[in-house]
Amino acid sequence: MRIVEKSQLMSAPEIDRTLQRLAHEIVEKSGGTKHLALIGIVRRGVPLAQRIAQAMRGIDGVDVPVGVLDITLYRDDLSKVAPQAVLRSSDIPFGVDNMDLVLVDDVLYTGRTIRAAMNGLFDLGRPKRVRLCVLIDRGHREMPIEAQYIGRSVQTSDTEIIEVRLREIDKEERVVLVDRVE
Amino acid sequence: MRTLAYRFRDLLALEPLTADELRFLLDQSKPFQEIQKHPLKKLATLRGKTVALAFFENSTRTRISFGTAASRLGADTMNLQAEASSIKKGETLLDTAFNLNAMKPDCLVMRHSASGAADYVSRHLDIPVVNAGDGTHEHPSQGLLDALTIRDRLGTIENLNVTILGDILHSRVARSNIHLLGKFGCRFTLCGPSVWVPRELEKIAPGTSIRCVYNMEEALKGAHVIIMLRVQTERLDDPPLSANDYILLYQLNAERLRLANCDAIVLHPGPINRGIEITPDVADGPQSCVLEQVTNGVAVRMAILYLLIAGASESGTHPALEAKPKESANASD
Repeated sequence: MRIVEKSQLMSAPEIDRTLQRLAHEIVEKSGGTKHLALIGIVRRGVPLAQRIAQAMRGIDGVDVPVGVLDITLYRDDLSKVAPQAVLRSSDIPFGVDNMDLVLVDDVLYTGRTIRAAMNGLFDLGRPKRVRLCVLIDRGHREMPIEAQYIGRSVQTSDTEIIEVRLREIDKEERVVLVDRVE
Repeated sequence: MRTLAYRFRDLLALEPLTADELRFLLDQSKPFQEIQKHPLKKLATLRGKTVALAFFENSTRTRISFGTAASRLGADTMNLQAEASSIKKGETLLDTAFNLNAMKPDCLVMRHSASGAADYVSRHLDIPVVNAGDGTHEHPSQGLLDALTIRDRLGTIENLNVTILGDILHSRVARSNIHLLGKFGCRFTLCGPSVWVPRELEKIAPGTSIRCVYNMEEALKGAHVIIMLRVQTERLDDPPLSANDYILLYQLNAERLRLANCDAIVLHPGPINRGIEITPDVADGPQSCVLEQVTNGVAVRMAILYLLIAGASESGTHPALEAKPKESANASD
């Protein structure tokens, strides 16, 4: 099996503009930012959440805390997937009780990651509200989960994969659509 | 991305593990340390899995710690206790293990008074076996939790002066400590009555600096870490020393502790004999880590059970080339 890059979905400046827009949307729709906090899902949701928080500082100096959540232990595919992903540390330096949380991830696909993330969050307390922000929504949901803030929706086939590459992790910055070819 | 995984099916000893593998086990314990602070500590990660706890030798702390680790991962446990078991009726170790295995656990955690018992059983079973202490050989989870505690307190486990005090000859804890910390360049001073600290111990880990010292004041000088071992009072009946002489020569008190490095830490695997090997003011003092060790024990054992039952690796291949089910193809990692 080979991997073939089919197209580029976003360039670095497009990613940047999209995150700026998402930051504005979240602030606008939140009805106050006093209890607002972002939770980046390990791995690529983390730099995205930090960048959205940075963009929010440019909007009337809104300063929102950012937490990090690793969902590995909450996955539902333990018996199917071997080997498991390496565990990374979660770091949520604030109480989640009564907080207005926005989960941030790179790609929304089946919805299972978000299901796992919500289980993880509820082990920490009882947030007042949880919303979801993703850079790319590629469809194919297997859970009744939708994102409130979407960078871009993309039609994809089952064999295709969306790769979000961010400079903090991948040394390059773009979103590409790749396909598996036999 | 380099491939890093725990490559063994079992955890029988720390001696055969490399520094990278040991560091991996310590790093994988970190997320579980955080879970100990959560208001809800129970995960569903190993739901439906069963951990058999077979303690052929008495244990309170280690058995409860492994049991707690299993239940916080969502696994069930089956318990075999030496006192009430058919071992008393003459069943062999292997027969007992086969019978437990026939109840289909996903992992066997065992303690036994014979060195090599866990290794022996693991050769006959197709499930992961965790050595929770075998005779005078090793106690790997204790070695790991000690290293985690040291790393948290001192920020490193590299190139430290480690003094181990007490009955080292009979101590599996000391051996696991030496085999782990020795791989990170730590230097060991072993101290206690000479029958408990024979010179042959200097050769148990080739490549590691180990010296036997019979004067406690000398042994403590420059120590970054002091690991106390329980004086097995039952052994004092066949005395190298009377209890009073032991206290006089080898008890860790505040005055002696001042001979060590000023921020030295004190570890003890428990149970503590207050007033014998350690004074209460030291055991409860700011340099003591004994309760952190207990908390970290649960985290380390959660990591061990998770890794052995679920397996873990960091793959360097392209995610799409792995035969993963659909939902993980775009998982965060």
